[in-house]
Amino acid sequence: MGSSAAESKVIELYKAAPKIYPKSVSGRFARLRVFTLLVTQLVFYGLAWLQWNGRQAVLFDLVERKFYIFGWIFWPQDVLYLAFILIISAYSLFFVTAIAGRVFCGYACPQTVYTEIFMWVERWFEGDRAARMKLDRGPWTREKLWRKGGKHAVWILMALWTGFTFVGYFTPIRDLAVKVTTLSTGPWETFWILFYGFATWGNAGFMREQVCKYMCPYARFQSVMFDRDTMIVTYDAARGEPRGSRKKGVDPASAGLGACVDCSLCVQVCPTGIDIRNGLQYECIGCAACIDVCDSVMDKLNYPRGLVRYATENAIEKQWGWREVRAHILRPRIMIYGVVLVLLVGGLLSSLVLRNPLKVDVIRDARVLAREVEGQWIENVYRLNVMNASEAAHRLRVSVEGIDGARLDRGGLIAVDAASNASGTVAVRVPVGALSPGTHPLQLIIESEAGGAPLAVREKSTFMVPR
Amino acid sequence: MTAAESYLPAGWAWYIAIVTVASLAYCLWVLISNNTRKLPGEEVKLHGTNVWDGLREYDNPLPRWWRNLFYITVFFASAYLILYPGIGVSTGILGWSSSGLHKAEVEATEKRVAPMFENYAKQDVAALAADEGATKIGASLFQAYCIQCHGSDMRGAKGFPNLVDADWQWTGTPEGILETILGGRNAAMPAFNEQLNKDQIADVVNYVIQLSGRQVDVASAARGEATFKTVCAACHGPEGKGMQALGAPNLTDSTWLYGGSAAAITETLVKGRAGVMPAFKDFLGEPRVKLLAAYVYAQSREAERTASTQ
Repeated sequence: MGSSAAESKVIELYKAAPKIYPKSVSGRFARLRVFTLLVTQLVFYGLAWLQWNGRQAVLFDLVERKFYIFGWIFWPQDVLYLAFILIISAYSLFFVTAIAGRVFCGYACPQTVYTEIFMWVERWFEGDRAARMKLDRGPWTREKLWRKGGKHAVWILMALWTGFTFVGYFTPIRDLAVKVTTLSTGPWETFWILFYGFATWGNAGFMREQVCKYMCPYARFQSVMFDRDTMIVTYDAARGEPRGSRKKGVDPASAGLGACVDCSLCVQVCPTGIDIRNGLQYECIGCAACIDVCDSVMDKLNYPRGLVRYATENAIEKQWGWREVRAHILRPRIMIYGVVLVLLVGGLLSSLVLRNPLKVDVIRDARVLAREVEGQWIENVYRLNVMNASEAAHRLRVSVEGIDGARLDRGGLIAVDAASNASGTVAVRVPVGALSPGTHPLQLIIESEAGGAPLAVREKSTFMVPR
Repeated sequence: MTAAESYLPAGWAWYIAIVTVASLAYCLWVLISNNTRKLPGEEVKLHGTNVWDGLREYDNPLPRWWRNLFYITVFFASAYLILYPGIGVSTGILGWSSSGLHKAEVEATEKRVAPMFENYAKQDVAALAADEGATKIGASLFQAYCIQCHGSDMRGAKGFPNLVDADWQWTGTPEGILETILGGRNAAMPAFNEQLNKDQIADVVNYVIQLSGRQVDVASAARGEATFKTVCAACHGPEGKGMQALGAPNLTDSTWLYGGSAAAITETLVKGRAGVMPAFKDFLGEPRVKLLAAYVYAQSREAERTASTQ
């Protein structure tokens, strides 16, 4: 800085993000995170290998446009269910966030989970916070090379396994495994395994909290769901301040001190590098690492736990206990989210249970609307496109209703394979003169013949009589 | 001549190119010139001093990788415009085009299915009609190219023949069906409103109705027979049984392409009829037409069988 006459100053608008070295932490919430991590990852890595009815239990076959989820087979026509699931996911997020803040971020978000797993590996190779900082500051020695190289080797293996598993949900994973071992994966399979692996390696290894701070839209809009009764990770300033170090056994009150010993452990364990004592900040992912570490310090000093704790803004301000906090959970916002969520889940479940795996499209010929046959019948032709989303083959019998004297002339039987589609043409005849010229409503009933679960579809169409 | 020139005047192409390049250059300039900021006077501090409605402004610089992503977008856009068509009339150094991509995909598919069609091409239509794989392809070809006129149940409509009634206007042999689809057919029934007067036409109509076995005014039909033998027999034959070589239909059966009522037959006689079956040789190519013919033949045989068992 020159102290020239202009007295001006240059500031940097972009800065290299400082690397964060979160210290490892143990405690109640750390254990809870390990638990959710194991559950979510067991599902992600394991589910792809599960078999069901001789096929992969969960498979999104993009080429055939069939989406298998256990007993269900969804077709692109079922996209409504996807909309349902997305809306339910959104409402779950609203509901949970309004009650308990960013618990999804802290315990279940893949970004958090993979970062956690990658940090285990990092800790195994490079040691905890202080050791890692020292290693990074130090020169490149053979040991540093080994530690860093080993870490990256394991990271890359895990990232590739993650990419492989991801692709395994879109192309049968057992075939994919064979293809990977023989290096014969297709171009898109190869691309997605590498790309997803690269994204895992980059996000969990390097980007980490940067993703939450600068990329993640949920992180930003979740704070909109917060109110003064939302549970957040908070520092009880009334109890903690004034902070300061003290000798063991000194009564803080007599020394004019609060409960906070200013050990800065809460800052050292924070994966996003903030100081929780500055209050709620947008960077906070609600992981509660600071709660665990502060509790351990409080235990050592024989102070009561909870200087940093899950509490609401109201609770901190008004010094509420658990009873009052709990009493404020049921507020209008929560009830509205809850009712909508229950209705949506109920709607989705009943719709799935009542789902008819048989879909029929009735298509009229564009040109041949009606024809006179043998001078005594008016004939209309309908083309039926049948989609069978069940796992059994069916023989479908077609019948007609809605017009007196109408009869099916031919095409009464359509055979369709399991999880497949078929089409057939049916002709409906009505005696000449039985109907006035014009169109008349009619229904085609498509029913499965005996054997297996009965399926039936009723489709509306029209019968046309020429002038 | 590039694809872009064919619809975009050169002036506009240049205009767009200049705007595009200028925009990219401007983006780059904005990025480079905004890495740092000069603030007048040292006493001005952004950090934590400005407060609006309880919101405090902090001096939090964005991470550098974020800005680098912006640089990458500029680089990506430039590389894209060099490689692909997009700037002015340039076709890009990769020479990519959507029509080229389509052509390549069609060629790849043709290459993939060629062995199958080669195998089918070696067999004659009758043999293919017995091949389930061949008729399955034929069926989907029929549903794509033929149902517009012949209907999805192959039973035709007014003016478009029923293909499964075992009654053929041209010919129902396997090779004949193939010839019909390959080369198309033109059936011409001339208009007789000048050559014959109203009474003569009425008489011929009565005779034709009688030919198909219905009750009519016998005297009128007898007069019509004389006219028929001199005028109509040239194509429909002296007995009215038609002539497949000319596409002249058999008038003694109950199949009527344009309707069998007196009014419909009168209209046919007065105005004439022109039936056109387009040629598919150039459009679909012989291998596919062969499968279509096999399917049509198989379906007509099937219909014959069910008719004879009933």
